[in-house]
Amino acid sequence: MIRRAVGWLDERSGAVPLVQKGLRYVFPDHWSFLLGEMALYTFLVLVGTGVYLTLFFQPSYEPVVYDGAYEPLQGREVSQAYHSVLDLSFEVKAGLLMRQTHHWAANVFVVAIVLHLLRIFFTGAFRKPRQLTYYVGVTMLMLAVLEGFLGYSLVDDLLSGMGLAIAYSVVASVPFVGGNLVLLLWEAPFPGTSDFLSRIYVGHVLLLPLALGALIAIHLTLIVATKHTQFRGPRRLERNVVGTPLWPGYALRSLGLMCAVAAALLLLGGLVQINPVWLWGPYDTWLSTNGAQPDWYLGWLIGALRLMPSWEPHAWGYTFVPNPFWGGVAFPLVVFGFLFLWPTIERRVTGDDAFHHLLDRPRDVPWRTATGVAVFTWVACVFLAGASDRFFVQAGVPYEEQIWFWRAAVFVLPVLAFLLTRRLCVELGDGGRRTPASLGADRS
Amino acid sequence: MSFVRRVGRWATAGVVLLLARGRPRPPAEVARILPLHRAGDRAELAVASLLLLAAAGGAGFVAVYLLGADTQLLGLSLGLALAFLAAALVLGSRALVPQVEEVEERGELVHAREEAAVTQLVEESGEGITRRRLLTAAAGTAGLALGAALVVPAASLGPVLGTDRLLRTPWQRGRRLVDARGRPLAADAIAEGIFEIAFPEGAPKDTLDSPLVVIRLPEEALRLPDERSGWAPGGLLAFSQICTHAGCAITLYRWPLFEPTAPGPALVCPCHYSTFDPATGGDVLFGPAGRPLPQLPLEIDGSGALRAAGPLSGATGPSWWGVRA
Repeated sequence: MIRRAVGWLDERSGAVPLVQKGLRYVFPDHWSFLLGEMALYTFLVLVGTGVYLTLFFQPSYEPVVYDGAYEPLQGREVSQAYHSVLDLSFEVKAGLLMRQTHHWAANVFVVAIVLHLLRIFFTGAFRKPRQLTYYVGVTMLMLAVLEGFLGYSLVDDLLSGMGLAIAYSVVASVPFVGGNLVLLLWEAPFPGTSDFLSRIYVGHVLLLPLALGALIAIHLTLIVATKHTQFRGPRRLERNVVGTPLWPGYALRSLGLMCAVAAALLLLGGLVQINPVWLWGPYDTWLSTNGAQPDWYLGWLIGALRLMPSWEPHAWGYTFVPNPFWGGVAFPLVVFGFLFLWPTIERRVTGDDAFHHLLDRPRDVPWRTATGVAVFTWVACVFLAGASDRFFVQAGVPYEEQIWFWRAAVFVLPVLAFLLTRRLCVELGDGGRRTPASLGADRS
Repeated sequence: MSFVRRVGRWATAGVVLLLARGRPRPPAEVARILPLHRAGDRAELAVASLLLLAAAGGAGFVAVYLLGADTQLLGLSLGLALAFLAAALVLGSRALVPQVEEVEERGELVHAREEAAVTQLVEESGEGITRRRLLTAAAGTAGLALGAALVVPAASLGPVLGTDRLLRTPWQRGRRLVDARGRPLAADAIAEGIFEIAFPEGAPKDTLDSPLVVIRLPEEALRLPDERSGWAPGGLLAFSQICTHAGCAITLYRWPLFEPTAPGPALVCPCHYSTFDPATGGDVLFGPAGRPLPQLPLEIDGSGALRAAGPLSGATGPSWWGVRA
């Protein structure tokens, strides 16, 4: 039976040698290697639930009178988009499960990518020959954040409208061309036309998923081409990989992880409410609410917008740099710029251009770990500042004091984090032997 | 050899041949790839039970779907089904199949010979060309022109050069202020501490230049610039409701409850807490907004309704390049 199937495949594709190689592909075992797989499987859940949602969603701002099952909004004028989301939540069987699972999955997707990125960064897995894999991964993080934002912007509820107003302002803040850009994208001054909604819809359900899918394919191909990294250990050398072959052990375990990820997302989607848009109500330009928060992965941007002091340079009577540019464009550019440039920076500093298949423990390279922790602390401070309004609304801590605290903290805490981490690494590790200067000589 | 014995031998051979036809030969000893592994009874039973539990979860999902599709039960049944399946797969991978740790050589990433060949191939293919510069320039021109042809249709997406549209506003002298239902706004209706949203009569409500905040402060508390004297009849003030920072609607109104210590009245945007001082004509008190909230001069007409006495003091909505400072 099996032999016949294998024979059938080989006679028609000649691919069996490849299959044989694939089944013997070795995966080094470490729990932290599962983070990327988690992101991959979450993406599958996103595609599955997302396709289901497209069967019911209508991307149109056309006003209609709500006549659906949710009584508090009956008779209210809403957009077709919002109406269709309420219908798929209340009247389509399993619709709410799919929608909530989709939303949870979007949040988990970015969590998994960020944790995976931290693992890659702090173990030095981005070094030669894996720079391309790393760049593709960081690009996917950017696209995932954008994809998530466009997703919850489609619904045309109060929160998505407020988010789009901010997005409009951030795009408009680009020096020289901001005004032209918003007219290109929105087709008219805010809130734009239904064409705008169609555009972000096509972006969300076609262009970005396609781009993510293609980048995932490239990412995985590059991983197979360079083979996995591994931590140092018995028998583990730069020139080999020690671990479990794909078949039979690893494939079953990985499928198990896929089911576990899907299980967790479905349990969240079924049992834990997320983004109840019927409570927020429909959006209009003159409506907003206190304590509004985006999904978590935009918290760092809302924090940057909040922290920025009232500074808007003018030149020749024109608004040279509108304020949202600092938090909404410059800040993410700096963070992603750091991520993209780091492999080059590290190579320049250490002069180390050798192949690295064995991973560092974070403590092994104190200066890299300390730099990473400092940048992470910086972004985390900005992220926490983004929640100042919740902290004010819920705990009563005065808002302005919080903002002043974080404005100082973004300068002080990263420095402290750097010094503390470096010290910790040196104490834990091999006494700081592998400093930038010595790393170059440490080629193996 | 006697004839009988020969026949007997042939017959035996024939029977053996017939019986043995189609039967597999005893396999030649093939080296095992995986070590022989005996899955224990307990592991097999455990995996089977987990698979059956997963089946029960799946069936439960179908049943819940048919019986009214309660969201919690749907999530619970399918989630548990997948959780059991996950457990079965992981346990199966650990206990049912052979456990091997393998050492695989990485092989070389660098292929010196092929690299040289590819380089040579590319170099040799262009060797006979003499007008290298001309061809490069021509190809570059073609690339640029075709690139432009590909990009230009994107201009149809929106009125890319019509940025003056961003500065248009329905607010001009004489325009009446109406509420959300289109009823004129009476000056008397706005007492101190009231926060009212107004729209231009007969114009769309949902653009950034449309909605206003109307409030009343004690006249002696006003500190408007000199050129705005007369903009606030009876202490009535109107400002664009759209924050000059990031375009959100200003819906928070800070009103001092304990006069001596509390800070004065302020208009606050809930998105990033840009805080504007209505008493001084919309100056930024705190937060990221880079310019004041545009103020609309007001007048009270004969019927006691509020009207615009002139245009807004600045551009509405978030700042962009064309906003004159």
